[in-house]
Amino acid sequence: MALVLTEEQSMLRDSARGLISDKAPVSHLRHLRDSKDPTGFSKELWHSFAEMGFAGLLVPEEFGGSGLGYVEAGIIMEEIGRTLMPSPFLATSVVAASALGRGGNAAQKSEYLSRIASGSLLATLAIDEGAKHRPLQTSLQAVRAGNGFKLSGAKALVVDGHVADLLIVAARTAGAAGEREGLTLFLVDPKAKGVAIERTIMVDAHNAARIEFANVEVDADSVLGEVDQAAGLLDGVLDIGRGAVAAEMVGLSDEVFGRTVEYLKSRKQFGKLIGEFQALQHRAAELYIDIEITRAATMKALQALDADVAKAASAVAVAKARAGTTATRAVQEGVQMHGGMGMTDQFDIGFFMKRARVCEELFGDANYHTEQLARSRGY
Amino acid sequence: MTDSKTSDSESADLETFRNETRAWLEANCPPEMRKPATSDADVFWGGRNAKFSSEPQRIWFERMRDKGWTVPDWPKEYGGGGLSAAEHKVLRAEMARIGARPPLSSFGIWMLGPALLKYGNDAQKKEHLPKIAAGEIRWCQGYSEPNAGSDLASLQTRAESDGDDFIINGQKIWTSYANYADWIFCLVRTDPTAKKHDGISFILFDMTSKGVSTKPILLISGYSPFCETFFDNVRVPKANVVGQINRGWDVAKYLLQHERAMISGMGERGVGRPLGQIAADTIGTDGQGKLDDAMLRGQIARFDVDEAALAACAERAVDLAKAGQAHPAFSSAMKYYGTELNKRRHEILMSAGGVDALEWESERSRQGARPRAWLRTKANSIEGGTSEVMLGIVAKRILDLPGA
Repeated sequence: MALVLTEEQSMLRDSARGLISDKAPVSHLRHLRDSKDPTGFSKELWHSFAEMGFAGLLVPEEFGGSGLGYVEAGIIMEEIGRTLMPSPFLATSVVAASALGRGGNAAQKSEYLSRIASGSLLATLAIDEGAKHRPLQTSLQAVRAGNGFKLSGAKALVVDGHVADLLIVAARTAGAAGEREGLTLFLVDPKAKGVAIERTIMVDAHNAARIEFANVEVDADSVLGEVDQAAGLLDGVLDIGRGAVAAEMVGLSDEVFGRTVEYLKSRKQFGKLIGEFQALQHRAAELYIDIEITRAATMKALQALDADVAKAASAVAVAKARAGTTATRAVQEGVQMHGGMGMTDQFDIGFFMKRARVCEELFGDANYHTEQLARSRGY
Repeated sequence: MTDSKTSDSESADLETFRNETRAWLEANCPPEMRKPATSDADVFWGGRNAKFSSEPQRIWFERMRDKGWTVPDWPKEYGGGGLSAAEHKVLRAEMARIGARPPLSSFGIWMLGPALLKYGNDAQKKEHLPKIAAGEIRWCQGYSEPNAGSDLASLQTRAESDGDDFIINGQKIWTSYANYADWIFCLVRTDPTAKKHDGISFILFDMTSKGVSTKPILLISGYSPFCETFFDNVRVPKANVVGQINRGWDVAKYLLQHERAMISGMGERGVGRPLGQIAADTIGTDGQGKLDDAMLRGQIARFDVDEAALAACAERAVDLAKAGQAHPAFSSAMKYYGTELNKRRHEILMSAGGVDALEWESERSRQGARPRAWLRTKANSIEGGTSEVMLGIVAKRILDLPGA
């Protein structure tokens, strides 16, 4: 598989770019933030996403979706990264749709996937509990009670947690924190008794929530996949999420870089365009090279996911690790090279820095994924 | 974006080609040739005086040559394999799968060949390309001069017209393996009055011509892969100029792109044992099997991430070129990153080897193979254009920054 977009993929990119740059430039995020919008995203735009087949991009056609792959999901994420558009696409259409599609039984798929595709259901994965992404450290308890389970514990950084219609909750049904055995995924109604959701206003002005579960009762039908055996399912779903976030970071890095290079070509100091200074030229060139390498690694990871999710772990670890270091460098250089203007809220560059920081923590930072690669290589 | 949508019959043909290639390689690549060369003496460079270091090396070379696979993507009429870009990619992947080493290493293949294919006339292609493909003539590159390094276009070696010939006088430096080469491709000044980029010609001549002499340069690695090369009234037919007289800079730049691509791929990417395991040999592991030096382990892991990412980028560069979407200066980006990464690799190897990696002359250390290789890599970011020159090219030609 060539590491370039096909004609169809290029057309998908163009239509996504057209919609997103027109309806959701960075000013869209700024407006949502400043107006303290209670939803945190535009429902009207989400409706357009559904109409264009993006909401159900990964959903099989039999459930009303587009039946496309992870490369295509990455294309949408990259465009989202360019304008920082807040969208349920990541949590609902990528992560939750993958969890349901890969782990769901026939009844669960038919109940939820078509509603995701139509844009009428928002869903999200509740996984992290501590300050850092450590999926195996999950300790939210699910104990058997009658025909079902009772869930107790807390989750942090649940993307879209306060607007979701369905929570996919990682819980421990057996074993101790740190063990692969004993993890189970549950489909939980956020309105169920005992669920307490606190929307957390984050640095990047994107949606997130802390959610507490106090003896929340769920029946046996709400188990997604096998009891105690969710680790394998989670590996795949999280890798899909990581690939998608890496693509968002590539779009974000590329956009920040483009804006920065334009600034180097227009800002004058000491009677010269600052882009004439070799100190800045070489840093810009290094950043360009970093972004191109990360773009290729991310494309490789998304293709590996399309080929076989179970065999994509190393490629995904490389992509997410690279995306983290590259985006961090891109936003730091972006602010630095914009000088004082880069520090102002009025200028958009700061928004990119804030979003990059959140993306870095989402589904594991560069250190986490570098560690994963070292382990997989046996040293 | 134009050709990546292959039709079903094309992909079926490619699958057939893959299966046939895999079977042929299995049957024809000797087991000894399925691991990397351990020293430069173990690499086959071809040429009039070439000797095979082993029987498997000879067998492997001759079988590949007979299929045209020393230069798989060159046209068959010039001794190539006539493979499409997609087939060539399959062949490379299948060779990598079994760790097959290249049957022939050659500046003729990596640098001169592509330039001749683009700029050479019919006679030049017919004369030189088949001999490159068959490993009969070994080439060297006469580019740098004592006062023309990064600023290559200021070169002073002059070629003066004398009827149908040029008379060449001057000195080159850093001529790789000039003392073993049969022919040289050389940049000479044919118009001293023109602007510095405009008076240069690209010319070919035999190293046994009267007036050519070479002197090896001893490097910090203790080896002499480079020479000083002197020209004292060397007579060369004007017919040996590639492209137009005084337009040699175009050829030179095109060739440099290939040279940079070659150097960026020089690292031992993806072959041999992982760095982490090599380090474990000397440093050991803790109870969990982790390298017993957390900081070095982190350095190695970061290296592995960057190396895997660069490999993806190299693959993408080929795919972009095939799709007609490549930026011509992108090889400078790859050259910069590939050489800096290779230097990092060897710094890690030295650190992992500790005291053991400091031995310079002993059987145990294979005559200091590790420290000598480490020192050799320091040239990677200098030869073929320094890292700083590469960044300047990216800034100017790709980013279009002002005054660069």
